[in-house]
Amino acid sequence: MENKQPSTIRRFMPLIVFVTLVALLAIGLTLNPRLVPSPLIDKPAPEFELPLLLKQGSFSRQDLIGHITLVNVWASWCFACRQEHEVVKQLGRKGVRIIGFNYKDEADDAKAWLARLGNPYERVAFDHNGRVAIDWGVYGAPETFLVDRQGIIRHKVIGPLSDPDNYDNLISVMNSLDKSPIQ
Amino acid sequence: MNKPVLILLLLCALTFTIKSEAAPIETFKFDSEETEKVFHKLSEELRCLVCQNQNIAESNADLAKDLRLEIYTMLSEGKSEKEIVDFMVQRYGDYVLYRPPFKPLTWLLWTAPVIIFIFGVFFVARLMKAQASAEQPASLSAEEIERIKNLHTEQDKK
Repeated sequence: MENKQPSTIRRFMPLIVFVTLVALLAIGLTLNPRLVPSPLIDKPAPEFELPLLLKQGSFSRQDLIGHITLVNVWASWCFACRQEHEVVKQLGRKGVRIIGFNYKDEADDAKAWLARLGNPYERVAFDHNGRVAIDWGVYGAPETFLVDRQGIIRHKVIGPLSDPDNYDNLISVMNSLDKSPIQ
Repeated sequence: MNKPVLILLLLCALTFTIKSEAAPIETFKFDSEETEKVFHKLSEELRCLVCQNQNIAESNADLAKDLRLEIYTMLSEGKSEKEIVDFMVQRYGDYVLYRPPFKPLTWLLWTAPVIIFIFGVFFVARLMKAQASAEQPASLSAEEIERIKNLHTEQDKK
C-alpha cells in the first residue's frame, strides 16, 4: 500500500476529535450564561423620566449629561443588592456620582432599606412598575450602568459590585473615561 | 409491514409529542384573532432573560410578565411584529431571540448542522467504499487458474 501516512493520522483522528470536543465543552461550561452582553453599550442612554424616591421632583436622561455617573439598579427585595451595598457606599465616598435606580419596589420598603443600610446615592429614581427598566435592558438586580459625560452608556455590570472581577472591570473603564478631556 | 417502514412511522409519531401548554396568568383581550396569534407567536419566540430556558409565554418571572404586557400594549397600538422584535433586540440583544439572525457571529451556529451532515455523508461513503474493496477476493494468479481448470477436467474424467 502506498498510503501508509494517512492511516496513522486516521488512527489518531478519534483522539483529535475527542480532545477538540472536550476543549469546546470546557470553554462552554466555564462561561457564565447569566452574562448577556448589553446591546446598549456605547449607545446613548434611553430617554426617560422617573419620579424621585426621597424628594419631590423627577430624574431624566438630561440629568445624566455633564457628569460621569453610575446608575445602580437596586431593590429592597434583592439580596445581592445588599451584598454589594458596602462597595457602592465606598465608591460614593471616593466621590463617584451614583444615581440609584429603584427597580420594581415599594416606596416604603425602599426608603426603610436606605435608612437602615445607608444612602450613597445623589438621587434615587423610582421605577415602580419597571417600565423604564425595560428601556435600559434591565433583567435583574443588581445591575450598574456607567454613563459618560455625554450621556452615553460605556459599561454595564451585571451582578453585584462586590464581585472582584465586576469591580475591577468597572474601575478600569471608569479610569479610561476620566483621562479623556471634558467636553 | 416491514421493519424499516415501521421504524420510520414510529419516528414520525415521536415528532408529534405533546407540547406543554403555555399558561400566562393574565387574560388579555384582543380585537382580532390575527393579533392574538401574533401575540402568542411573539411570546413563544422571545426568551425570558431571568429563567433563560423558558420563553416569555411560559415564564412566571416578573420580567416575563412585564414583557408580555409590553407586547400586548404595542400590539394594541398597532405596532407590527417586526417593530416589536426590534424593540426587544434593541434592549436585550439577539439573545432574546430563540431564532438568532444569520450574521458573522452566528454563521457557524446556523451552518454547523449542514457542515456536519456533509462531513458525515462523506465519511460514510468512504467507509462503504473501503469495505466493498476489502470484501472483493484477491485476483487469482495464472497458475491458480490453470489448477482450477485441471481440477475441472479431472472431475469430468471420473
